[in-house]
Amino acid sequence: MASETFYEVMRRQGITRRSFTKFCSLTAAALGLGPSYAQAIETAMETKPRIPVLWLHGLECTCCSESFIRSAHPLAKDVILSMISLDYDDTIMAAAGFQAESIIDETIQKYDGNFILACEGNPPLNQEGMSCIIGGKPYLEQLKKAADHCKAIISWGSCASWGCVQAARPNPTQATPIHKVPGLPAKPIIKVPGCPPIAEVMTAVIAYILTFDRFPELDMQGRPKMFYSQRIHDKCYRRPHFDAGQFVESFDDEGARRGYCLYKVGCKGPTTYNACSTVRWNGGLSFPIQAGHPCIGCSEDGFWDKGGFYERLSDVHGFGIEANADKIGGTAAGIVGAAAAVHAAASAVKRARSNSGANDKREGRD
Amino acid sequence: MSEASLGTHKAGTHKEEAVYVYEAPVRLWHWANAAAILVLCVTGYLIGSPPPSIHGEPSAHFLFGWIRFLHFSAGQILVVGFVFRFYWSFVGNDHAREIFRPPVWRKSFWLGVIHEIRWYAMLEREPKKYSGHNPLAILSMHVLFVWGTLFMIVTGLALYGEGQGPGWIHRLFTSWVIPLFGQSQTVHTWHHMAMWVIVIFAIVHIYAAVREDIMSRQSIISSMFSGWRTFRDGGPTDEH
Repeated sequence: MASETFYEVMRRQGITRRSFTKFCSLTAAALGLGPSYAQAIETAMETKPRIPVLWLHGLECTCCSESFIRSAHPLAKDVILSMISLDYDDTIMAAAGFQAESIIDETIQKYDGNFILACEGNPPLNQEGMSCIIGGKPYLEQLKKAADHCKAIISWGSCASWGCVQAARPNPTQATPIHKVPGLPAKPIIKVPGCPPIAEVMTAVIAYILTFDRFPELDMQGRPKMFYSQRIHDKCYRRPHFDAGQFVESFDDEGARRGYCLYKVGCKGPTTYNACSTVRWNGGLSFPIQAGHPCIGCSEDGFWDKGGFYERLSDVHGFGIEANADKIGGTAAGIVGAAAAVHAAASAVKRARSNSGANDKREGRD
Repeated sequence: MSEASLGTHKAGTHKEEAVYVYEAPVRLWHWANAAAILVLCVTGYLIGSPPPSIHGEPSAHFLFGWIRFLHFSAGQILVVGFVFRFYWSFVGNDHAREIFRPPVWRKSFWLGVIHEIRWYAMLEREPKKYSGHNPLAILSMHVLFVWGTLFMIVTGLALYGEGQGPGWIHRLFTSWVIPLFGQSQTVHTWHHMAMWVIVIFAIVHIYAAVREDIMSRQSIISSMFSGWRTFRDGGPTDEH
């Protein structure tokens, strides 16, 4: 059945031609493509067989899947699940046990080098990977086997992209993001970070890969530029309050009620690359800052290790439990200043003594 | 160098010899740079810890915008000054290259450093006499100031490029600095920490200048205004 085209699958599922066309033009718009690309997407979906996808789950919380299935993009539930031939996804598939695990071998056999490996979560490397067991074997083995035969890898979410909470200090299981797993073949990897990533971002990335048979343009860190080239801050609707110097000082103050900038209560919008302030969440309804909560920077590398979510300045490790740049630098400057003052006093004493010594000499009293 | 005359103190009068050390562009740079650093430190601190919130229509205020504008413009002055100063280290006089290319391969330089450390530890009765900077000053300026400033310029432009978006600053700095540190917030933290290195340098620099102006055998502070270094006693200078 996997040789069916997307369009055929959709029609079989009762989606009208009209809805299909609408989906294509909306996808083109979401991807930032010109109107002519709607036709290209349409043609691709009508003629290309569905791409088989193995969706593996390592150490993760399934929030990526939860986000993904809530894509409010038109027809998301039907279309997206029909666009890809989701051959394996242990969380949502009907099969279980040996039956489920055999699908991986089957897919590898049938589509060797032609399927997409979607990774949600990451493998722990310590204790020979025993901290994450799938079907009685370390997830690491499953991942390596699938990666050896896949065409390309999608790293869903911050777990697969950066490591996320299970890789936070001190990372006892040595949870490792996909691109850093040793021994993994050099397959192209696209990172779609976020905890979770925005649903529409996930579906748009898949739509792009299907339509053009390649990854969208990636930045230096391997993220699709179309969604991760700007900071939350750059398109934040509270930005005028930031420039004016109007900040929320605490969550129950007048500024919070008036919707001032959340910079002082730790908003990581200025350092976070994601599309939340433009695409937003729950079908474009809202996003954390709009709900009055600072951005925690969940799509950034190591966001768990930067100290409190409600602190402006990051914790600097290695200087006690709580230290930031100002505490460390200010203390160091204070010590140096005090040392200079002591040194100045000592210098004055020395000079006074040598001067009186010189005077003594001059006056012949030495 | 003019003929050395023995500086034996006679009642009321003594002779001083002088050498032209700091050329006008170097002096101009020094004070413009000092002013830029002062503005950068104050505004930079405020960017990390903003002043109390103000109220009213946001369109009527631009306080944080001005703070950031001052930070960026002072930063640009610092960058232009630094580039110019590096250029001047090639075309200026011998003293102009001291802090950029210290003679670390010379034994005499390191002996001079040790002597200066002993002088500051008050183990030496007499300081040595240099027409330019003393070796310890050169070393601290080279390591803390030159490399410190370079670090601030590179990380600063990388952060500036983030707001600018695609363009040459983004391409030359942001594109590789952010991935190098992992993420933007980490670059902010390092940029912030390095500010304190510059502050510590400034404390030591100003203290040493005042102290040596009083205690050493040559003028220090006035030389950065006039360019001329005067010596309070005769005798040959020690060169590194």
